[in-house]
Amino acid sequence: MPSVCLYLQTHQPFRLKNFSVFDIGQNQEYFDTSANKNYLERIARKSYLPTNKLLLQLIHQHRGKFKVAFGLSGVLLEQLEESFPEVIEDFQKLTATGCVEILAETYHHSLAYLYSAQEFKTQVALHNRKIKKLFNLQPKVFRNTELMLNNQMAKQIEEMGYKAILGEGADYILGWRSPNFVYQAKNGGATKLLLRNYKLSDNISFRFSCRDWADWPLTAEKFAAWVRGSEGDGEVVNLFMDYETFGEHQWEETGIFEFLKNLPTEILKYPENNFQNPSEVIKLYKPKGELDFPNIVTWADTERDLSAWLGNKMQKTALENIYSLENEIKKTKNKKLLDTWRKLQTSDHFYYMCVKWFADGDVHKYFSPYESPYDGYITFMNIFNDLKLQLK
Amino acid sequence: MKVLMFGWEFPPFNAGGLGVACYGLSKALAKQGVEVLFVLPKKIDCQVDFCRLIFADKNQIDAEKILKAAYLSPDLYGKIAQGLFDGRGLVDEVQRYALLAREIAKRESFDIIHAHDWLCYRAGIMAKEISGKPLVAHIHATEFDRTGGHSVNEQVYAIEKEGFIKADKIAAVSNFTKQKIVDNYSINPEKITVVYNGLDFQETAHNFYNSLNLGELKKKFKIVLFLGRLTLQKGPDYFLLAAKKVLQKNPNVYFVMAGSGDMETQLINSAIDLGIADKVIFTGFLRNENLSKIYQLADLYVMPSVSEPFGITALEALGHGTPAIISKQSGVSEVIKNCLKVDFWDINEMAAKILAVLQYPILSQTMSQNGETEVQNITWDNSATTCLNIYNEILH
Repeated sequence: MPSVCLYLQTHQPFRLKNFSVFDIGQNQEYFDTSANKNYLERIARKSYLPTNKLLLQLIHQHRGKFKVAFGLSGVLLEQLEESFPEVIEDFQKLTATGCVEILAETYHHSLAYLYSAQEFKTQVALHNRKIKKLFNLQPKVFRNTELMLNNQMAKQIEEMGYKAILGEGADYILGWRSPNFVYQAKNGGATKLLLRNYKLSDNISFRFSCRDWADWPLTAEKFAAWVRGSEGDGEVVNLFMDYETFGEHQWEETGIFEFLKNLPTEILKYPENNFQNPSEVIKLYKPKGELDFPNIVTWADTERDLSAWLGNKMQKTALENIYSLENEIKKTKNKKLLDTWRKLQTSDHFYYMCVKWFADGDVHKYFSPYESPYDGYITFMNIFNDLKLQLK
Repeated sequence: MKVLMFGWEFPPFNAGGLGVACYGLSKALAKQGVEVLFVLPKKIDCQVDFCRLIFADKNQIDAEKILKAAYLSPDLYGKIAQGLFDGRGLVDEVQRYALLAREIAKRESFDIIHAHDWLCYRAGIMAKEISGKPLVAHIHATEFDRTGGHSVNEQVYAIEKEGFIKADKIAAVSNFTKQKIVDNYSINPEKITVVYNGLDFQETAHNFYNSLNLGELKKKFKIVLFLGRLTLQKGPDYFLLAAKKVLQKNPNVYFVMAGSGDMETQLINSAIDLGIADKVIFTGFLRNENLSKIYQLADLYVMPSVSEPFGITALEALGHGTPAIISKQSGVSEVIKNCLKVDFWDINEMAAKILAVLQYPILSQTMSQNGETEVQNITWDNSATTCLNIYNEILH
């Protein structure tokens, strides 16, 4: 009986202003408040608001049988509270149904895990606090930025009190094994792993509107048949994707909302199928075995590694620089400085510096405020140097 | 396939990109099996092994004097030419070239005619009328680029337009240029194909390994390079204004202006007025090893063109591993990604980007490496293939 575990990642960064060398030391703002509001307005209108409405309707329609899990980054929630509280209210309505689970993550959608254990824990705690305050929920399952996962992280998550972590069902880890089971990581303690079925997930998030694709147009009926086809080859189909898939990456005109609207009915047509959230999945299914994640695996690009954030020297330098300020920043006990420093850790800033996009298509340019990765680096480094001046 | 190609200048007797483009394109066409008969208006002391050069006028002329002709307005040309071309104006000279072209077209056999820029359009049209063979008009720069849209010469405009109309197909060096032809000459865009210029990377790389004496200057100072004709179209005045802003922030920078042109005196005075004369070096026109040396010497190349149909120098800089900041008002910005782009008029942004490249070594390294890799794929072979497609389209 395949369960479907639908997890939607929702995040938008505090993008930076075009900050030139001439702005250093001039008490200029770092974040482009109006541009960020414009991005968010567009995404809320095209994606968040209509999708939330539809999901709520589906939950009511299926009387608790349709479930969905969310990742809501702290930096997104903060922007929504400020500019679009109606979206927060939507999420509150959704969580109130009891059919929606919210996962733990770093508040700042950062790569802190790679640079500072202390900072990583703090950001997870900050996120916990935010979720508690807004939704009165206590996350039990963890998801690191961009689905980052390795053995050691699984262990650390257990120590922090989480039962499970989400990861990418990368071929080079799974080998002949199916992503459609619960696993554990080597030396990863009792932490359960839920791995993304990237083929089925990407059929929705990447290929849905692709007319060159043999399976275009994708219907909910066809998709449900695929899910059912995994019976015997697994117990849970993990569909993890960006929330913006609905209405933004895939525009309304592609029929994506119609697809989503019909998906629960089609999945539930097969009596052995059901929807389960991560916390329930790990109660229902025992780990099928142990997988070895010696290096960090992510859900990005074709490499499924960190190269989209750490693939070139500009990215490495920028990241090393920002984390090098940790002690000095913390010593100031200045809340505003600390908050700014953390917002500069959001992974998007480094993603925009990626030069791989010639080969990987324009995924990296999506929502990027920069003309080129080089412009992204210049702005970031200028701001870094300005921040450093403030510490003197 | 045999092509009768009309050009105006040819390396080493060239004053700018037109000669470089004609050389690169004919060489690549020859490599793809096309027989190129390359016609030049005057006899120059020049030999190549990949095509046959035909000199319309057999009399040897003073090559130095011919160089500037391709880039001057007829009025200015009249003053400077000083007896060259029998003392007549440039438009007369273009007409004379056309008459000589008629004789060549009668004498030679070929399948197609290919003429570069307005200077050669009359010759191309004449050859077409005599032979009945189709004509490709290649456009490297319009009168609007040369003049910045001010005081467009009506005779030149008329010849350009006649060329576009009478040609069977038009090759434009960028979409930027294609759009100008559509907008300013009312030509159907379907008649125009974009043929980007390329870079002879082998030649560039070869020069790269020459030993260099970078001099004392490099120990303490960064070098920012402008390379191009010192004329309105190339935006050298914007370069100086940006230099002023950079120097206020970082005095350890030298600005090298390599090239000659009608604005030279004005620019020297302007550097003095701005109080930066001690940090601006005027080298005059450079070629061959000196050209290569200056690209390598530079920490950064800036192309601030007001209106640049293509901009081969940007490819040359990247080919030498020198990072580049280029004007958005250029054709080359359509083909290269690994560089920084600015609006030519945005002095603040230009200065800020110059400072950033000089200040952040990782940035300049990454741009340099990726730029050099990228430019290796922008070849004259690609340009020749596109030209061949145009030929085949017309002939079949």
